[in-house]
Amino acid sequence: MSAPSSPFAPRSRQRRLREGLVIAVFRAATYVVLLAGGGVFADILIKGSRTVFQAEAPFINTTFLFSAPESLHVFEWEGRRREMGDREFRAFREREPGAADVRAESFVYSAGGIWPCIAGTLLLVAGAMTLALAVGVSSAVYLSEYARDGRFIRFVRLAILNLAGVPSIVFGLFGFGMFVIFFGWNVSLLAGWFTLAFMVLPVVITASEEALKAVPQGLRAAALALGATRWQTIRTAVLPYALPGILTSSILGIARVAGETAPIMFTAAYVVRDRLPWEVERAIDFLFQGVMALPYHIYVVSSKIPQNEYTERVQYGTAFVFLLLVAFVAAASIFLRNRLRARLRW
Amino acid sequence: MPKTAASSSPIVEISDLDFCYGPVQALHGVNLAIPARQVTALIGPSGCGKSTLLRCLNRMNDLIEGARVARGSIRIHGIDIHGPEVDVIELRKHVGMVFQKSNPFPKSIYENIAYGLRLQGVRDRARLDAVVEQSLRGAALWDEVKDRLHQSALGLSGGQQQRLCIARTIAVEPEIILMDEPCSALDPVATAKIEELIQELRARYSIVIVTHNMQQAARCSDQTAFFYLGRLVEQAPTRDIFTNPANPQTEAYVSGRFG
Repeated sequence: MSAPSSPFAPRSRQRRLREGLVIAVFRAATYVVLLAGGGVFADILIKGSRTVFQAEAPFINTTFLFSAPESLHVFEWEGRRREMGDREFRAFREREPGAADVRAESFVYSAGGIWPCIAGTLLLVAGAMTLALAVGVSSAVYLSEYARDGRFIRFVRLAILNLAGVPSIVFGLFGFGMFVIFFGWNVSLLAGWFTLAFMVLPVVITASEEALKAVPQGLRAAALALGATRWQTIRTAVLPYALPGILTSSILGIARVAGETAPIMFTAAYVVRDRLPWEVERAIDFLFQGVMALPYHIYVVSSKIPQNEYTERVQYGTAFVFLLLVAFVAAASIFLRNRLRARLRW
Repeated sequence: MPKTAASSSPIVEISDLDFCYGPVQALHGVNLAIPARQVTALIGPSGCGKSTLLRCLNRMNDLIEGARVARGSIRIHGIDIHGPEVDVIELRKHVGMVFQKSNPFPKSIYENIAYGLRLQGVRDRARLDAVVEQSLRGAALWDEVKDRLHQSALGLSGGQQQRLCIARTIAVEPEIILMDEPCSALDPVATAKIEELIQELRARYSIVIVTHNMQQAARCSDQTAFFYLGRLVEQAPTRDIFTNPANPQTEAYVSGRFG
């Protein structure tokens, strides 16, 4: 007989191998995700920065950021290859004698910039989030503070959750039928706001409800015991402390609203529009105009026009700006939330 | 048999009260008179209904779904507080409450005290200042916090937070103050301070205190009511309950044989 084995003897080789294998699989899965994400970012950053940044001062391609899209004209002139946008090309032909009948190849949207798209996306996000927060927070307050938990309320919650699973193109179609056709708003900012707001409402409501539930019950009790009405309690002792959580949820909403193409392609987005959104004659026209938007522009320049060496610049440049914009808006919201949170610790 | 003993005129009269949470009956035929400007302690083992009774007095139970008075009444100054003429908001201004877990708002000390007045629409700065000082003095907290009124109330210690909650309650000038195990989360020094405070407050307010701590009931109450399984077993002047209880169950409980 050998010595009685220690209860702490090392495990068998086979069991250790199996353990190691499991860890390796999980680790590999994580790295695949990391690799995929990193690949996408790197691709867009590298290709996009070629469009957005330039070697000479001011190092940022201001034409690309701050002007409207134009067609690109490419032609030979005095033995040199020239690339010009619409306006430049027109001026050039008037200036240079003999240039009037120069033969140029034209590529749509490959010159100029994406300023109307940036403006349009910012407007869409601002309006849709305002609407979604107003309606979403109100209904979350109703659901978590007022409504008694009955069969109907459970049904409402289920319906809201299901709404979150509806594909965005369906929201787009709904918006088209409802706002564009039935309400007669045409393709407009207003129709886009409502469609996008409806799309993010489930996220906003669900997350706001969670945020409201996370406010300690003791604060409600304290307010009520001091003679506050229900609404006073909610306004002074619940909502302020739920706000950081609600903002967190809306940060996710912002990324979604800014990023979705499907809901706006029928309701709010124009392929091209030279005039900027605030260049309207009457104030009311502001609401009823279509706008350009970054995701839709990427879609158009990637699939609706002939592809060539010039389109890639616009595609990646737009994607790059788009990523930065979403990151910027999200960072601003996070900053705002953290400031609120620091004020309200319990 | 419960015997009603009140040395001064009762401010609250509870008669034949049955109280239910949905299908579960929590209080059975409770008859209790709470004297004005005295401290009444409600004691008894967990689940005996003492907290339920306390929360009936300012109708905080209204917030619990299915909770209802099945029979009997609670009268304050002779008015049935569940009657149609009673606005629960007004009731709660007259019947303040201090909770087991101190629950200051995550605001400044000043704003915590001013909260109740602000609810009532008071904006006059001088009046708010006066009430804040007066309430903090009343809760024996003024000297400790007078230099940091505008700092967060959450920076206070547990005992200070609880006294802040008492100050917040007396700022709206209730007649009755309900205390639901106000010291159960506090250390002995903080507890002693609260007990001392209760002694000072009884000159101006009628206090009902729920406590698990029998020494506390013995030390700081005038009347004691012993509850068991949703029934009032005995109510008497505190000294009688602890030295000469009429009911054997009371005796068993106060002498520590069960509970």
